[in-house]
Amino acid sequence: MTVPPTGSSTDPIVSLRGVGKTFGTGTLALDGLDLEVRRGEFLSLLGPSGCGKSTALRILAGLSEPSRGSVTWHGADAHDRRSIGFVFQEPTLMPWASVFDNVWLPLKLAHADKAAVAPRVMETLSRVGLTEFAGAYPRELSGGMRMRVSIARALVTAPRILLMDEPFAALDEITRFKLNDDLVALWRELQTTVVFVTHSVFESVYLSQRIVVMTNRPGRVSSELLIDAPARDQRFRTSADYAAFCRLASDALGAAMRTEPGRAA
Amino acid sequence: MSERALRILAPAAVLALGLVGWDLVVRVNGIPPYILPGPLLVLSTLVQDWSILWSSLLATVLTTFEGLLLAVVGGVGLAVLFNQSRMIEHSLYPYAVILQVTPVVAIAPLLLIYLPQQAAVLACAWIVAFFPVLANTTLGLNSVDHNLSDLFRLYGASRWQVLWELKLPAAQPQMLAGIKIAGGLSLIGAVVAEIAAGSAGAGSGLAYRIAESGYRLNIPRMFAALLLLSLTGIVIFALLSWLTQLALRRWHESAITRDA
Repeated sequence: MTVPPTGSSTDPIVSLRGVGKTFGTGTLALDGLDLEVRRGEFLSLLGPSGCGKSTALRILAGLSEPSRGSVTWHGADAHDRRSIGFVFQEPTLMPWASVFDNVWLPLKLAHADKAAVAPRVMETLSRVGLTEFAGAYPRELSGGMRMRVSIARALVTAPRILLMDEPFAALDEITRFKLNDDLVALWRELQTTVVFVTHSVFESVYLSQRIVVMTNRPGRVSSELLIDAPARDQRFRTSADYAAFCRLASDALGAAMRTEPGRAA
Repeated sequence: MSERALRILAPAAVLALGLVGWDLVVRVNGIPPYILPGPLLVLSTLVQDWSILWSSLLATVLTTFEGLLLAVVGGVGLAVLFNQSRMIEHSLYPYAVILQVTPVVAIAPLLLIYLPQQAAVLACAWIVAFFPVLANTTLGLNSVDHNLSDLFRLYGASRWQVLWELKLPAAQPQMLAGIKIAGGLSLIGAVVAEIAAGSAGAGSGLAYRIAESGYRLNIPRMFAALLLLSLTGIVIFALLSWLTQLALRRWHESAITRDA
């Protein structure tokens, strides 16, 4: 089940080494997590609820400090925080601001002039298909559209890495399929690196080049799966290949959940 | 009958009934106006004494709005200060509470000893009005979506940016709710101080007119002034409700009208 990493790019963008996280409450969320994210890949972190996937993502984003172990960024612009895009499970928009102003926010916080970056904001909005809604307020949009705004906000700084924390978990299936397709298209087009946290086997297989399966809490890597399929479209979704990959991932997840705490496979 | 018509007609009918009842009680029992004037006499006094009452009304309204303005500046300012520094919050909050829980009617005579009358009236209006602004704004500033806070942190927002772009806009609904309460309280504070000052002999506001008319047994004028005070309170409340609606109408649930 465990496939050795043989992805096209082996050039790492960030590595976690022996990362552990103990919360103030004494909860051990992560223990000895080794993870390498490779430049340009679409990587999914798959694991049961509460296994520490989100904590790992927050550590990558710098929103949480590891209690043990190290986070190493590779490359020249390694420490530029603005090269990270983050999409939360909820759209997390400012309800008092228009769609345009929400997407503008990361640039505004970097003191960019509104008029100067307006074309960039509009271009990003057009990438997620929301040009006509620039002046709308979040409450006037559907759940899927709000998530698109959230993705646009993450993309507007042209991040080197996009971190996504179960962004589509709360959406209906039709909307989720559509956003999955759009996300794959954006990833191809922008050639950015994506780390996608999910507990959905189907979603992780459909989206990723590589799936890292995590154990129950305290989370660590249980196994790794390469999804070697060229096109991600409706045909792939109904293919025998897709079903086979889903089965592999499902088995891997099952094995991960049977792993006893403190003894990774 | 439509819901809208009912909303206007029902209280209007109650008002009419009340007025007729009041008038009947006065007429049937032959109550003299220095004990209880009828509604028509109150109305004619309002018209007759308009020039005196109008200048008093202006004085009270001015004090009320000055008090409200200071309450907003002081309440929001303190809330921001408390939000920025735990130390300041812990040091000052108990005293804000003490100011709030001590009845202003008991503080007013003291203030009148130490401050010029106008300043004392204003101080009273401020003391009763600032606390709801402070308490509500504090609640608003502390209720910011933690994911949004994380997002601001991720993008390296400065303290000032977090306050200006995130916390203050997010706190708007609570802040405005506090200001709405403060509007009515500021009027109460001004009236209490004017009454306290009135017994000391000087003053010009509506509450002073009420006290003065009481001493002179000019009960119809007392009622006319009271009527104006109530109307002032209603206008202030309506004005602040309208401002709240204006500020929140595009984004906050409380201000959105939707079809059933």
